Amino acid sequence: MNELGLSAAPLASGRQLLPPPIVPERGLTAAQWGMVGFLVSEVALFCTLIVVYLTFLRASQSGPTAAVLSLPLVISTTVCLLSSSVTVHLAERSLQSRSRSGFVRWWSATILLGIVFLAGTAYEWNTLIVRHGVTISRNLFGTTYYTLVGFHALHVTLGVIVMLTLLGLTLRDDVIASGKQVGGQLVSWYWHFVDGVWVVVFTVVYLVGR
Amino acid sequence: MNPWTLLAYGGGLAQSQSIFDPASPGAAEIRNLSILVLAITGFIFVLVEGILLYASVRFRRGAATGSEPPQVYGSKPIEIAWTTAPGLIVFVLVLVTTRTLWEINPTPPDPRPGDQALFVTAIGHQWWWEYRYDHYDGKELSFTAANELHIPAGTKGGARRVYLALDSADVCHSFWVPRLAGKTDMIPGRTNHMWFQTDQPGLFLGQCGEFCGTQHANMLIRVIAEPAADFERWLANEKGGQQPRENDPETVKSGRKAFLGQSCVNCHRVAGTPAQGTCAPDLTHLMSRQTLAAGIVANTPENLRQWVANPQKIKPGCLMPAFGLSDRDRDRIVDYLRTLR
Amino acid sequence: MAIVEQQPELARERESAAWTAVLHDWVVTVDHKKVGILYVLMAVAFLIIGGCEAILIRLQLFWPRSTLVGPDTFNGLFTMHGTTMVFFVGMPILTGIANYMVPLMIGARDMAFPRLNALGFWATLFGGLLVYFSFVTGAAPTMGWFAYAPLTEHAFARSSATDFWALGLIVSGIGTLAAAVNFVATIMGLRAPGMTVRKLPFFVWTMLWTSVQILFAIPPLTATLVMILLDRNLGAHFFDVQSGGSAYLWQHLFWFFGHPEVYILILPVFGMVSEVVPVFSRKVLFGYEFMAVATAAIAFISLGVWAHHMFAVGMSRTVNLYFAAASLLISIPTGIKFFNWLATMYGGRISFAPPMLFAFGFLSMFLIGGLTGIMLAIVPFNYQLTDTYFVVGHFHWVLIGGTLFGTFAGIHYWYPKVTGRMLSVRLARWQFWLLFIGFMLTFGPMHIAGILGMPRRIYTYDAARGWAIWNQLTTAGAIVQVPSYAIFVYNLIVSLWKGKPAGDDPWDAWTLEWTTASPPPPYNFEEVPVVHSRRPLWDLKHPDDPDWKYE
Repeated sequence: MNELGLSAAPLASGRQLLPPPIVPERGLTAAQWGMVGFLVSEVALFCTLIVVYLTFLRASQSGPTAAVLSLPLVISTTVCLLSSSVTVHLAERSLQSRSRSGFVRWWSATILLGIVFLAGTAYEWNTLIVRHGVTISRNLFGTTYYTLVGFHALHVTLGVIVMLTLLGLTLRDDVIASGKQVGGQLVSWYWHFVDGVWVVVFTVVYLVGR
Repeated sequence: MNPWTLLAYGGGLAQSQSIFDPASPGAAEIRNLSILVLAITGFIFVLVEGILLYASVRFRRGAATGSEPPQVYGSKPIEIAWTTAPGLIVFVLVLVTTRTLWEINPTPPDPRPGDQALFVTAIGHQWWWEYRYDHYDGKELSFTAANELHIPAGTKGGARRVYLALDSADVCHSFWVPRLAGKTDMIPGRTNHMWFQTDQPGLFLGQCGEFCGTQHANMLIRVIAEPAADFERWLANEKGGQQPRENDPETVKSGRKAFLGQSCVNCHRVAGTPAQGTCAPDLTHLMSRQTLAAGIVANTPENLRQWVANPQKIKPGCLMPAFGLSDRDRDRIVDYLRTLR
Repeated sequence: MAIVEQQPELARERESAAWTAVLHDWVVTVDHKKVGILYVLMAVAFLIIGGCEAILIRLQLFWPRSTLVGPDTFNGLFTMHGTTMVFFVGMPILTGIANYMVPLMIGARDMAFPRLNALGFWATLFGGLLVYFSFVTGAAPTMGWFAYAPLTEHAFARSSATDFWALGLIVSGIGTLAAAVNFVATIMGLRAPGMTVRKLPFFVWTMLWTSVQILFAIPPLTATLVMILLDRNLGAHFFDVQSGGSAYLWQHLFWFFGHPEVYILILPVFGMVSEVVPVFSRKVLFGYEFMAVATAAIAFISLGVWAHHMFAVGMSRTVNLYFAAASLLISIPTGIKFFNWLATMYGGRISFAPPMLFAFGFLSMFLIGGLTGIMLAIVPFNYQLTDTYFVVGHFHWVLIGGTLFGTFAGIHYWYPKVTGRMLSVRLARWQFWLLFIGFMLTFGPMHIAGILGMPRRIYTYDAARGWAIWNQLTTAGAIVQVPSYAIFVYNLIVSLWKGKPAGDDPWDAWTLEWTTASPPPPYNFEEVPVVHSRRPLWDLKHPDDPDWKYE
């Protein structure tokens, strides 16, 4: 017994001690953990922007408010973006079944839908700027709207660029058949996240805020 | 005179800004709470540091022995004990915090006749203080002063509370007079409230407690507490304007003309004259103040002359530029200003 | 004949090629060990710059109404000093040490994403250079390291110094995030067989939680910095009070980052101390499970206490009380850790070799810093003490007494592994005592000055306030500290040549990094180790009494 009155380790009686067997761990791979960590930081980023948007809801002292936002247009772009989540999921399934043509088809569809979303956003912003005079400096609505929607659009853009890169790499080398293509799954997680953020942004800006 | 103020004095003549030298019940409450907290943390320090020092000495390795000491991996009962004990201390601290917090932070009332209370709106500017006197004893006041806050001192029987509404005209500032109260920030776009009372007539010093730019260090506060009668006399004087007088000497008359003709009037206000600027200290009763430039130099003719000639020499970076006045103009304007009692 | 003449030329060419080759190797490296050293070198360089800024501040404050530096210069000095020490010294030095040691301690060959690792370093360095580039605009930014709006709006801060500051911090923030993502992926995905999460060396566990905090706390800062850049450059109105913006919002956003930031600066140090104290007390860390849970608790609670930096801002009593209670709550898991360290020492056989000397410095000083933190959590007391030199004393006490002493403990502990040489014990002792005494002399009097009413961030003060003597003691203490840093840097350099060869395991320690050569080969381990307990090397050294019997 040591000074604290707690029992210390007793000695073995001479037999060879064997440690307990090692159970193999089943968890995410390092790369998957990396994407999870990155997405956590993105959640923190968008939460901040959304909190700021909500703080300044209806706080504009003058100028156009969220009433000028066009719901039909944004519903169409939202449908495109949410469908792209379906297509990216189908692309992932093709990846698992080692179908190169399937992957290329659904991955390209995702990219296309992403580009349509961005084009729709560009058209919407053009209308806002030219017809309604909403700019980032016009008033608090302009400031918070362009910042939040803009950051999201930036993330969609980056996603499209990465997807194009992955598409190019896939067309060049056939890594799918060997099953070594890891990036597809990770990028699809990112894409689902971007879509998830859009659901929240859409709700806050176009439904709650109007 | 308690030891902390002695500490502050260092032999010279000084007004204490020590938080342990309260002159108001609010500051005294804080001081009492602080002493309790210091006692608790002091006890923890002596106990834990004592164990650290004891263990460091008692279990110091002498000559290198071969064997390792007994390996103790942990003990659940001990862990629970030393989680519970700090938990209890935290609980006690939260309780005493709540009590003092509620005592010193009441919601400010509205002015009522006979409440013997002073209501002032204090507005922080870069780097001076604007005081708009709103109500006293339920009666409306409507004059503005700057940089030196006069308040009535209460008596043992009759407290005279001072309620400040705190605003800012530009960036964040903080109103802090340690002997009277804790600090409360002045945030542009928000109005904060604080209160204090004292029954000690005298001068209470403070300064801006939130970094606000170049001359943050020289945004000093002077609170002058006077017995009620003296305060009311001061109040009566402050309410008056500065109409021109027939028997003013020539220099004063031409100084007034020069003052009103220069860009002084764009920023400064002298009640009863066309000078109605609002972005610089009100000068109506400039000579009733003990100091200039928010407390950093004494209000003497020489300092006033220097200030009017080139404020940047006294307070570099302040927002009043040197106007390049001729010596004659400057002296006449100063002569005029010196009549603003 | 011609060949013989050519050879000296060839040799000279090879020599000059050799040093450019070395430089090239370090610039393009993705080896976690080299990246780790680069981070530490960067931190030490900025430590010297930040220290010079501090000395100038202290010299200006020595005499009342001193005119050594003007108000704008002074304000720029404390802004750059704070920014430098937090972002370009504190975080990089901890990231660097972790970068080097974490893969070794978990039996991995490198970090999960070596190229991202290098990107993280270069982004951090580039961010630091960008912030210092603000001097090119004529002067450093002068709004303080927490840059309260609207002082940072264009109306009040005309020069583009503030833009450089914001941009530099956004860039280095990306570097910090990259490092955090890498640590999470590495620690969760690359552990040696048998090393479950419950068997992580404690430093690795604290790095995991530090990384989680970074993932939650840095993006809000990035978003906030983007907002002020938008306000200043594109006419946005986030903090533009006249258009409905909110100065108050800046404070919430900044401190939501700012408070976890200080835990980011201390958790790795808790980990390093948890490695050093057991080895030099010759006893296993007491209460590993409780320590681990306490770490996670600190990480979580610290995300919810930010407004204790804002007690005087005018929030309601209830809100203030919540933040006070939450802040006081953190002292419980912190206390648990403290008692566990003491229990580890108690009953041990303690040797005060330099790592343990600095660990002792950490323990004795961090206790005090933690206690003044408790005082500051008491809201009414805070109303008097906030924004005074008491706070300056408090945070330097925890940052130097805590972070720096603990970091020195870690550096003295692991330097033999990194270089294969021992640091000089004599120089380490001089460094310790000069730092210990100088540090107490510098920051102790600040607490008194604060109690006597001295606000922070003032470039001068009146003699009549009675603050002069405390400022003079502080400045004297700062000057006593200067040689300790010089001795430290000298020790680091000179021991590369003169240090005693260290061997694999100079301290008779128990974690995986001590099983490989000093310095480790590029691939870290010849064979990937298999572990069964938290102290794999103890198991090997004590086959009759292994840890896995008791864990």
